[in-house]
Amino acid sequence: MTLELRGITKRFGTLVANDRISLTVEPGEIHALLGENGAGKSTLMNVLYGLYHADEGEIFLDGVPQRFAGPGDAIAAGIGMVHQHFMLVPVFTVAENVMLGNESTGIAGTLDVDAARRRVREISDRFGFHVNPDALVENLPVGVQQRVEIIKALSRDAKVLVFDEPTAVLTPQETDELMEIMRQLKESGAAIVFISHKLREVRAIADRITVIRRGAVVGEASPTASNAELAALMVGRPVELTVHKEPAKPGAEALVVEDLRVVDDSGHVHLDSISFSIAAGEVLGVAGVQGNGQTELTEAILGLQHHVEGSIRLEGRELVGRSVRRVLDAGVGLIPEDRQVDGLITGFTIAENLMLNRSRSKPFNRMGTIQRKVLEQFANEKLVEYDVRAPGIAATAGQLSGGNQQKVVVARELSRDLRLLVAAQPTRGVDVGSIEFIHKQVVATRDKGVPVLLVSTELDEIAALSDRIMVLYRGRVVGIVPADTPRETLGLMMAGERPEGSAA
Amino acid sequence: MNDEVEPKVSDTGTGAPQATEPEPPPPPSLWHTTLRDIASGHAMVAFLSVILAVLVGSVMILATDEQVRSAAGYIGARPSDFFEAVWEAISGAYAALFRGAIYNGEAELFETRIRPLTETLKFSGPLIAAGLGVGLAFRAGLFNIGGRGQMLLAGAAAGWVAVSVELPTVLHLPLAVAAGVLAGALWAGIVGLLKARTGAHEVIVTIMLNYVGFYLVFYALSRQGLLQAPGSGNPKSAAMPESAVLPKLLGDRFNLHFGFVLALVAVALVWWLLNRSALGFRFRAVGENPEAARAAGIDVGRTYTVVMLIAGGLVGLAGVNQVLGTVTSGVTVDLDAGIGFDAITVALLGRSRPLGILAAGLLFGALKSGGFAMSASEGIPVDIVLVVQSLIVLFIAAPPLVRAMFHLPKRGATA
Repeated sequence: MTLELRGITKRFGTLVANDRISLTVEPGEIHALLGENGAGKSTLMNVLYGLYHADEGEIFLDGVPQRFAGPGDAIAAGIGMVHQHFMLVPVFTVAENVMLGNESTGIAGTLDVDAARRRVREISDRFGFHVNPDALVENLPVGVQQRVEIIKALSRDAKVLVFDEPTAVLTPQETDELMEIMRQLKESGAAIVFISHKLREVRAIADRITVIRRGAVVGEASPTASNAELAALMVGRPVELTVHKEPAKPGAEALVVEDLRVVDDSGHVHLDSISFSIAAGEVLGVAGVQGNGQTELTEAILGLQHHVEGSIRLEGRELVGRSVRRVLDAGVGLIPEDRQVDGLITGFTIAENLMLNRSRSKPFNRMGTIQRKVLEQFANEKLVEYDVRAPGIAATAGQLSGGNQQKVVVARELSRDLRLLVAAQPTRGVDVGSIEFIHKQVVATRDKGVPVLLVSTELDEIAALSDRIMVLYRGRVVGIVPADTPRETLGLMMAGERPEGSAA
Repeated sequence: MNDEVEPKVSDTGTGAPQATEPEPPPPPSLWHTTLRDIASGHAMVAFLSVILAVLVGSVMILATDEQVRSAAGYIGARPSDFFEAVWEAISGAYAALFRGAIYNGEAELFETRIRPLTETLKFSGPLIAAGLGVGLAFRAGLFNIGGRGQMLLAGAAAGWVAVSVELPTVLHLPLAVAAGVLAGALWAGIVGLLKARTGAHEVIVTIMLNYVGFYLVFYALSRQGLLQAPGSGNPKSAAMPESAVLPKLLGDRFNLHFGFVLALVAVALVWWLLNRSALGFRFRAVGENPEAARAAGIDVGRTYTVVMLIAGGLVGLAGVNQVLGTVTSGVTVDLDAGIGFDAITVALLGRSRPLGILAAGLLFGALKSGGFAMSASEGIPVDIVLVVQSLIVLFIAAPPLVRAMFHLPKRGATA
């Protein structure tokens, strides 16, 4: 089935999220939609999926104009979507998830799970997915959950498949497997839209590439284009893809973690006796697939985890057992992995957010009253210093783009007197321009002699910033390796394979 | 907020890429979202809700009016009769409401003419105080439904100090007021502490503590030697002694007492707390995003406890207002007069802002005062006023409904 979008325009208020976007995807073709976070890719796909209604423009399937009142219509027309965040019910089995929304029933409304089971097996066999229809989704690895999403789409006879940032949660190996699956689907005649901001993947698999910037198509590129060419097209100017930094001058050991063990309330072990240290003026990168203990590590350092054993010493002072406030007072700065959850209060103004973790002390607090003049001046200075593009300090954080929100968090943390910086996914959902800026700030912090713990699921980021790399897998340290370790080795380590000759 | 799109303001700088699509928001708890949606609602929605409720109330007045009904019987023959009856019923009802709530032009004496306004102020005092208690908790993300229990405990404590110690007024009155405020604070503080320590949901705990408080006070009022008036068999305390009664503001001919001034002082204090103080900053941070607050070193559990202590104290002030000001004949278990629950409405209508609560409290005081006059002079059931009040809440709690009816823009849309 040929999918054609013609002149799609979608506005939110005064803001044009999609500006006359036209796109054609042929059967048996993988068409990549490349653009930064916030360029309008997801909006476009939500229009296609019937979640939004386009203000202008039309959707054609095999030349027939379509009107989708909701996802139900889109699915019925043969469009399948594999969402970035899986739309699965964790406590249901694979078969139950696949039939959800499309239940076939027998006498008196009893569910015909057997039919769903057969369907799962059939599709699974056809593409070699190896998915057990009776497994509970919550027990499946992320990569397999994604396959369940794909099966779900295929079970409704989807002829156009949309993959929305599908590799964000996968290991490099799982990513390779996914690409293999996409190739098979393409061979079977599906029209595939692949949404990504990762240049490497797009070049590896796409037949055609359409680049979107600020809601509009800025050009088509062929998969043979170089990374630099694609990045320039995506951002609208030449981009430095590498971070310039001097070799580290590590000082004394500043952060020493020994036998750290983190257990959650239900007794699940998230970190199992991990030990490492970071020297002053050094960046230790923590690589690993999302959900292998990175979140718990940063939370344990900050004092947000309840059941922590072992020791975390910063310049000799024990942090385990301290309240969050006393950890912050010890000079720990955190750029949290999800700024909208832990980093910012979106309903608060920029100024209020800049003061969030220092409302108790001078100069912002005198006799319990907030010093609004002081705060105003401080906020205005930081806005300039950290290049936050905002209407003013009274704008709420929720009004800012992801990159600018993140700059507010970075500004707040770096303007304190830091003894340790914990940066978790510092550039997730951030535009390339802001990534450059934030990376420079991280390096500058290191150069001031502050130890930096950098957690990222993007290997490129880890490689660009780290002086040493620690790989986490299932709550354990697979190894700590030099920054110039080959990508393939890191990929294998992220899947739990211990490299030879590494110091674990 | 849940799945509505909050468009981002575009960057003002040059050349920088801008985000135009929202990142997938974390799934917040339904309670939390609903609460915040209601508490931070559009001021326009609050205003229109009142208008809508009054309109629906008018229909009910018509439906219960004898003349309108009989005129409707022959509407085909003489429609003018029907419309005349409609006009008379509605204008009569709202004129009576106005006469009872603000200014009675029909009265002879000037005193009697402005008396309704002073009654309105008297009624709004405790509504404002209790509304602040509920609204403050709202801002910290807590739903305080325990107004009734907190008022009862506060009234009982204030009443106990009033009748059981003998002191000159300068000491006795402040002591009784303080005892009441403190009792309300502690009663609500239990809720905050339980939530902080065990995660017990404040809605359930406050509701249950209403019953516990009710029977506790009832028990004390039924026992000689505790609160029961000496020699009496009724569950009621002795009358408040002169030295512990809130002074009348406009002399003995009016019922308006000093409690109203205390409520105004509370408005000012809560305004400062929420808008200028560091403590209130942390309250709001916890209310808007407890995760971010925790990561910023704010002790969320302790904040809950402190918020509930202050909220309970404010509700307690309402109880004091009743016992030492409005009904000084003795403490009973009816002392809260429904204010504990009306406070929720007041807080909602006032969007949990101190000045909004002040306005909402005045409106509800006027409805209360005017409602009596309406039923007395027009024979309209006083329940109509209650229906109007309830409808206001209903409309506020369903902002999308009001927005749809008046074609207001969706929240966050920059149209």
